[in-house]
Amino acid sequence: MNATPDSEAPVDAAFVRRWLAAATDAVERDAAHLTELDSPIGDADHGTNMRRGFLAARTAVEQEQPQTPGAVLVLVGRTLISTVGGASGPLYGTLMRRAGKELGEEQAVPADRLRDALRAGVDGVAQLGGAAPGDKTMLDALVPALEALSGALDGGEDLARALAAAAAAAREGAQATTPLRARKGRASYLGERSIGHQDPGATSSALLVAAFADTAREGA
Amino acid sequence: MSSPSLVGIVLVSHSAEAARAVAGLATGLTGAGTDVPVEPAGGGPDGGFGTSSELIVAAARAVDRGAGVAVLADLGSAVLTVKALLADEELPAGTRLVDAPFLEGAVAAVVTASTGADLDAVSAAAADAYTYRKT
Repeated sequence: MNATPDSEAPVDAAFVRRWLAAATDAVERDAAHLTELDSPIGDADHGTNMRRGFLAARTAVEQEQPQTPGAVLVLVGRTLISTVGGASGPLYGTLMRRAGKELGEEQAVPADRLRDALRAGVDGVAQLGGAAPGDKTMLDALVPALEALSGALDGGEDLARALAAAAAAAREGAQATTPLRARKGRASYLGERSIGHQDPGATSSALLVAAFADTAREGA
Repeated sequence: MSSPSLVGIVLVSHSAEAARAVAGLATGLTGAGTDVPVEPAGGGPDGGFGTSSELIVAAARAVDRGAGVAVLADLGSAVLTVKALLADEELPAGTRLVDAPFLEGAVAAVVTASTGADLDAVSAAAADAYTYRKT
């Protein structure tokens, strides 16, 4: 919080660390809700798993002190894969790792580079899980968020406004999973009975995107 | 080390007991004197139901004799975690996720590996377990 963010390249290691702190707080705050959503259609562990993973990621980043935004994301991803214990670990882990690798070694990058990195990450999630929007998964929040982010940046908005648009799209996307029938994961075995419940993965995705929006707003 | 090296088998389940039991069953059905390296990697980071990447990495290293490692996984996060570890190159070279039914595939894989078959043959035998109809 000591340096003034560079308006040309606002995404540096400190930005990603602030996002991680905000995301960890949000996951802690909403862990019980995530687990509750996971009870009727999943195995009632999403909140617990996400909480364990993000606390471990925060500790890892404090200990290893990665110095570039890419390196922070890669470390978060690697930690999530090894600590979450549910499907969200490899999925979010792949998202963060791919995004981090896409950012490369640079100290700070502009908004459109963050967008491109997140797109690479979301593509990685779709590839790993074999899911598409409409399958009642985290992609139902992530894909609209990415589209909103992209549209806002293309329309000349700054990063804070673009991420706010992404957060709204992710929240709406998560809410829109309620009437869907699950086609991936354990919930898909429930068939029709998966209808009427909001997807826990899409809900946690919306939290993570909202944490990006909070981070950009506070830094602006 | 005796030659030639045998393919190693890793069994990844959401349940530590299931992984251990299937490993025991597959080894038991292979017959006495088999020295196929088989390791279970079951349960999550907290010991409950789930998937632990650390257990998977340790198991793959433990069974790697240089002839490759066939990994069989049960569901969801077990499969996704193995795929993510392979993508990150965190498993020994020559490690492969085999598309096979967990229990039947494990038996087929261990029996085939015990003959000294290579990784392709072990993988094919495990995958072929899908074709065994029960009705």
